[in-house]
Amino acid sequence: MSTNLADPQRLATPPTFQKVSTSRQIKNGLATALVWGAFLIAIIPLVWVLYTVIQRGFPVILDGDWWQKSMSGLLARQQGGGAYHAIYGTLVQGLVCAVISVPIGIMIAIYLVEYGGRSKLAKSTTFMVDILTGVPSIVAALFVYTVWITTFGLGRSALAVSLALVLLMVPVIVRTTEEMLKIVPDELREASYALGIPKWKTIVKIVIPTALSGILTGIMLALARVMGETAPVLVLAAYAPFINYNLFDGPMASLPLMMVNERNNPTQAGFERIWGAAITLVVLITLFNLLATVISRALAPKTK
Amino acid sequence: MKDPVVAKRPARPGDTGAERGVAAAPHASEAPIPPTPEAPETTKAPHVRPGDRIFRGLATGSGVFIVVLIGAIGLFLILQAIPSLGLDNVNFLTSREWNTTDPTNLRFGILDLTLVTVVVAVLALLIAMPIALGIALFLTQYAPRNLARPFAYVVDLLAAVPSIVFGLWGLFVLGPVLFPFSEWLIENLGWIPLLAKGNVNVQLGGTIFTAGIVVAVMILPIITAVSREVFERTPTMHIEGAIALGATKWEVVRTTVLPFGKAGYVSASMLGLGRALGETIAVAIILSTATSSFGWSLFDGGSTFASKIALAAPEFNDARSAGAYIAAGLVLFVLTFVVNAIARSIVAGHKEYE
Repeated sequence: MSTNLADPQRLATPPTFQKVSTSRQIKNGLATALVWGAFLIAIIPLVWVLYTVIQRGFPVILDGDWWQKSMSGLLARQQGGGAYHAIYGTLVQGLVCAVISVPIGIMIAIYLVEYGGRSKLAKSTTFMVDILTGVPSIVAALFVYTVWITTFGLGRSALAVSLALVLLMVPVIVRTTEEMLKIVPDELREASYALGIPKWKTIVKIVIPTALSGILTGIMLALARVMGETAPVLVLAAYAPFINYNLFDGPMASLPLMMVNERNNPTQAGFERIWGAAITLVVLITLFNLLATVISRALAPKTK
Repeated sequence: MKDPVVAKRPARPGDTGAERGVAAAPHASEAPIPPTPEAPETTKAPHVRPGDRIFRGLATGSGVFIVVLIGAIGLFLILQAIPSLGLDNVNFLTSREWNTTDPTNLRFGILDLTLVTVVVAVLALLIAMPIALGIALFLTQYAPRNLARPFAYVVDLLAAVPSIVFGLWGLFVLGPVLFPFSEWLIENLGWIPLLAKGNVNVQLGGTIFTAGIVVAVMILPIITAVSREVFERTPTMHIEGAIALGATKWEVVRTTVLPFGKAGYVSASMLGLGRALGETIAVAIILSTATSSFGWSLFDGGSTFASKIALAAPEFNDARSAGAYIAAGLVLFVLTFVVNAIARSIVAGHKEYE
C-alpha cells in the first residue's frame, strides 16, 4: 500500500487514451514516407521517358512532310522524308486485328457470363484466357510463324502480323467485356425474358447496349496496346521504306519496325527518324486512349 | 397496367402460347395456371428457338476456340521444334553454345539463355516488388481520396508506353546515366561474383543490370494494378477494428491489409515475373550480345529467350535453323505458362478475393 501513498498524482484508473509511443510514431512516419517514396519513384521513369521522347522527337514531327511522305528513295544519311508508310502500317495492322478480335473476344465474354456458368468448359476457358494474357508476344509471333509460314507456306505479310496481334488482343477484350457484362443488372435481363424476348435477343438488344461504353473503352485500350507491339512485326513482316497498301503481300512498315530498322543507322537522320517514330507512336496510342475516355463518357448509360 | 382487361388475361386472345411451350390457356380471367402438357407439335426442347441455338453455339464455340488455341500453340511449337532438336549436335538443355548458321551442323543449347532470362527477370522482380507494394498501399490506403484515381491513372500510363520506347530510352538515356554507378560498383564491390566485371563493355550500358531496371519499370503497372485490386477488398470491418484498438496507420496496414492481401500480392508478383520472362523488344535493344558465355555477373551481356528469337527472326530462312529458335520459344512458352498457372492457382484458393 505504501506505493500508492508514494505517488499522490497516480490516477485511480489508468487514462482511457494513452500517448502513442515514440517508436510506434517513428515506425508509422517511416512507413508513410516509404509508401509516398515508392509512388514518387514510379513517377520518375514515366516523366523521364516522356520527356526524352518529346524533347528528341517533337522537332521532327512538326514538319508537315513527316505525316505525308514515306522514306522511299532516301539514303540513310539523308534527312527529310516522313513516316506516312509506317503510320499506315501500324493503323491498318491494328484495325484488321481489331476486326478479327472484337467479335471473338465479345463472344467469349458472352459465353463466360451468360452461358458458361460454373461448367467445366467455362472454367477452362477462363483459365486459358488468363494464360493467353500472359503469353509473351514473341511466342504468339512464333506460333503464327509456324502455322502461317512453315505449315501453309504463305509469305510474310501484314495479315500475318494482324493474326499474331489477335492472340494478344483477344484476352484483353474478353477481360474488359466480361467485367462490363457482369455489372449489367439481372433485373434488366429478367424484365426482357418476362416480355418473352429470346435469350439471344436479350443479350444483343439489352445486355450489350447497356455495357457498350465499357466494351468500346476496352477495345480502344486493347488497340492502343497492340499497336505498340514490336515482336510480331519483327518476326512476321519485313520493313519497307516505301508505302505498301497491300495487306496480303510484300513488306510493310510499321512504327515499331521503323524504329528497330533505323537503330542501325548511326547518322543524325537515323536519330531523328527513331525518335520521330517513337513520339508518333506515343501520340497515336494517346489518341486511342483519349478516344476511349470520350467514348465511355458519351455512351455511358444515362442515369437520371 | 391501365387496361384492367389486359391485367387479368393470362394471354392475348390470338396467342396460343404454343411457341412458348405453354398450352393455350382458357380465356377465363380467374383461371388457375393449368398444368402444361407436352405440346404435340414441339416434341423436342420446345422453348429453344433457332436464334438462341445459333447464338449459344457461337458463344460456346468461341469458348472452345480459345482452349483449342492454347493447345494449338503448344502443339505447333512442339511439332516444328522436334525435327531441329533431332538434328542438334549438342545437348539442348545443358549446352551454352548457340550456332545455327549452318543448318547441316546445328549446335544449340539453352543453358545460357535460361540463365540470362531468369537473372534479368528476377532482378526486375526484386526491384519492382517492393516499389509496387508501396504504390499499391499508397493508392489504396495513403493517397488522398480525391487524388487516388488520377494517381492510379498515372501509374497505368506506364503500361501504355510501348516497350520499344522503353528499350530505346534504356539504351540511349538510362544506360549512360547508370555508367558511373556501375563502374563504381565494379571497382569497389567487384569481388562479389554478381557485381564482377562482365563480358561486355559497361560504358555502352548494354548489361543485364540496365535491362533489369528497365524491365522492372515495365512490370510495375501490372503488379501494382493486381495488388491494388486485392488491397481494396480488405474488409472495412477489419480496418475499423484495428483503428478502434488504437493502431497507427502503419499498424492498420500491417495487421489487416497486408495479411489479407498477401496471397494476391504474391500472385501479382508472379504475373509480373511472367511478363518479365517474356519481355522481348526492350531487352533485345538494350542487351549487348556477348561472345563469351554468361558468368553470373549483372554486368554481363547476352541474350534472353525472347531477345534471341527477336534478333534472329528476320533471318528465319531455313526451316532447320528456325526450328532451333522455335524450340527456344517453346521453352519460353512452357516457362511463362507454369509461372502464370501458379499465379492463378494462388488466387483461386482464396474465395474472399472474388
